[in-house]
Parts: sequence; structure tokens; C-alpha cells
Amino acid sequence: MIDFEYHAPTSLDQVFGLLDQFGDDARIMAGGTALVIQMKQRLSQPSHVIGLRRVGDLDAIESTPEGLRIGALCTQRQIEKSRLVGEELPLVADTFRKVATPRIRNMATIGGGLVNGDPNQDPPPALIALGASAVMTSKGGDRVVPLEDLFIDYYETDVQPGEILTSVLVPHAPAGSGSVYLKFLPRTADDYGTVTVAAVVSKEQDGTCKDVRIVLGSVGVTPIRAKQAEDALRGKPLTDENIRAAAALVKDAVDPLEDFRGSAEYKTDMAEVFARRAVEQAIAAIPVGS
Amino acid sequence: MNQKVRLKVNGTDHELDIPARRLLLDCIRYDIGLTGTKESCSVGVCGACAVLVDGEMYASCITLAAAVDGSEITTIEGIAENGNLHPVQQAFIDHGGFQCGICTPGQVIAAISLLEENPDPTEDEIKQYMMGNLCRCTGYYGILNSIAAAAEDMNKAAGSGE
Repeated sequence: MIDFEYHAPTSLDQVFGLLDQFGDDARIMAGGTALVIQMKQRLSQPSHVIGLRRVGDLDAIESTPEGLRIGALCTQRQIEKSRLVGEELPLVADTFRKVATPRIRNMATIGGGLVNGDPNQDPPPALIALGASAVMTSKGGDRVVPLEDLFIDYYETDVQPGEILTSVLVPHAPAGSGSVYLKFLPRTADDYGTVTVAAVVSKEQDGTCKDVRIVLGSVGVTPIRAKQAEDALRGKPLTDENIRAAAALVKDAVDPLEDFRGSAEYKTDMAEVFARRAVEQAIAAIPVGS
Repeated sequence: MNQKVRLKVNGTDHELDIPARRLLLDCIRYDIGLTGTKESCSVGVCGACAVLVDGEMYASCITLAAAVDGSEITTIEGIAENGNLHPVQQAFIDHGGFQCGICTPGQVIAAISLLEENPDPTEDEIKQYMMGNLCRCTGYYGILNSIAAAAEDMNKAAGSGE
């Protein structure tokens, strides 16, 4: 790791001042699990590291009429164990429980993970499936970015100079919907998924699909929302045949990178399989009577 | 660039003047001289370098010492009390919880962290929590048995008011 100067600001104003002063020479650090490894491997060589641990008020989980506001510095373990999250957003609690190991979840934060822009991470598909947004704060105020639009390319996000992600707004799942996050882990329990899928499905009283969102991770340079598959299912009866036909369209939406978890072809095939299972399991999770 | 970092390690205050890039692991081993904490994978995956930071289990190999300035750190050297081994340490000895020993400090710290938050874990809960601590001797059943036995011992001791 090359040397740098470490800054420990105690307010957002101080953070913005440091960002103004050092610009591209500075990196923001939340939990540090990604950035420290990137610095050790010299993939990132900032002259200034701005640690957020002493900036107050960034680690609260609050109930709002629409859902939950989760502070950017909430650790993954804090979210996984939060009673509020467990009660109001069980999909989010379940997803964070599937990240890496308890030790990493003690350190890594929701905000740090999102702005890192790693397409293999677990939270983005589930958060996008729920329609979550990031609050980007700068000296000029707040800008709300749907997470669906945050990810631009491999490790590249829509964070603008002078901005930091301060909280994540996660709406409640629609009434009468079922949801699931599937992580295909053929190697070890702490690995990144070979393919991951989040699905949220709601149905009309007559059993047709009212709405569906299918979002995949680890199968492209960003998380991918399978809109064609969603469109194919929305308004249709939730039959095996229709679900299979919709899941088959997922193959056209993904563009996986080949790595030691599998070839691009294999991951593409698994994306279809796991999308189908995710939709089936989300339907099975719809509360009885809805 | 050097900076002042204050850490309370196993109850002892340290004021250090160290480079900002110093990892907590290296700070503990080389600046403070406590070599019980081990380095293995160096990327936060294997658990050998696990320590408690303000009571939470961290991977010290990917933690900057400067980032945890002001924290209380507990390492493997800090868990025995008055020369008496911690029940988890004793259980690892009694139930064959280690072979070569390299992963053991991290395993013991992880087990203590588990039992702190879940004093009576099921076998599955032990496996779930401990899956991030690798043992390349593959003595996992000895570790599992040791933790189950430690939980039982600690619960008995708590029940009898010891």
C-alpha cells in the first residue's frame, strides 16, 4: 500500500471541505473492506483517505411513511439484525444475512458497498427490486438517485464530484406481494454468488400477475433488471408456462463475465434457472388471502 | 505520513506514532508486540487475524489502525483472566479444537464473539457464524465440538452463579 494522509472529519461540512481541497486525490472510506484491499493491491492509490466513522448521524435506521431510511454508515450486520428491518423489510434482512461472513458484515456498510459499484454484491439486486433510492448529499443539497440508475459500469457509479451517499430510502414491498433473494453458491458459503436474483411479485385477485420485478447480480458489469421478462409476465396468469417463458427472456438481458465461478454460457443458463425459481418462490411467499 | 493513534489493547493504553497506512494487524504485531494475532489470507476472508474492536469481530488485516483510533481492541492475549484460560480456550484444549494452531487465535476470538451474542447456539448456528474462519488442517469437527462444549460450560457456570 502506498502511503497517504488519513483524515477523520466529524461533520459533513468538513467532508465537503476536504473533497473540495483534494478532489480526485481523495477517496472516501466507510467500512473500508473494499477500499483497503484495493489500496493493498494498488488498484487504488489515493493521497488522501477521508474516513467517515466520526461523522455522526449517518448510522440510523428510521421508519418513514413510505418505508425505511437507512443511514449510509449502517453496517451490514446492523441491518441484518435490526428489528425494524426484519419486521418491515424482511427481504432486506435476508439479503444482508447472505453477504460474506459475520466479520465482514460487522465492518462493511450499506453506503460503502453501493458506491463501490461491484456487480457481484448482494444488496443491489434486492434493493433495486424494492425500488430503493440513494440520497446523494453535496454542499448544494440532496439529490435522490434510484439505485436502478446508480450503476453505470464495472465499479463505476453515478456519484458526482463533491457528493457522498448519505442514506438509502427503501420503500415497503407492495401490499400482498411476495419476495425472495436467491444466491447460487456452488463453492463456499462466504463467496460471491455465481448468479443472484431478487424477485418481487404481486398478483391480482383473479391470480394474474399484477406486478413483478426481477433483478440479477453477478451476471454483467452492473446489476441488471430483466425488464423484458417482467413485461412478459405482468398482466398474465401466473402459470408454470408463463413463468418459464418469462424466465427464458432473462438470458437475453444478462452478459456475464467468465471467471473461476463459471463460463459466461453457464452463468447465462443459470440466470434463467434461478430467475424462474426466484419468481416461483416469490409467488409462494405471497401472504395467503392477498 | 505519520499520525497519532490511540488504542486500548487488552486494557492497556497505547499512544502510537505510525503511518496512516499501518494495518491494525501490523500495528498489533509489530508496534505493540502481540504476535498471537496471525496473518494468513491478507484479504479479510480466512479469519486468522480476527480481533474484537469495541466488542465487534473485525478482520485486522483490512482495518487501518488510524480508522479505529480511540477504540478498545481485544486480542487472543487479552481473553484469559488472572492466568485462568477463557472457557473457550480450555474447551479447544479439551476437545481437540486445533491441530497446527495457526488459525486458532482467530477461531477462539470468533467463538467468543458468537457466544457473546448467542450464548446457546445450535450446531447450525455455530457453523453459520464460524464459516468465515478457515482451518487448513480441516479439523472442523474438533472446533465445532469445542464451541458446543464451551457454550455448555459457560451456561452451567452462569446458571450456578459462578
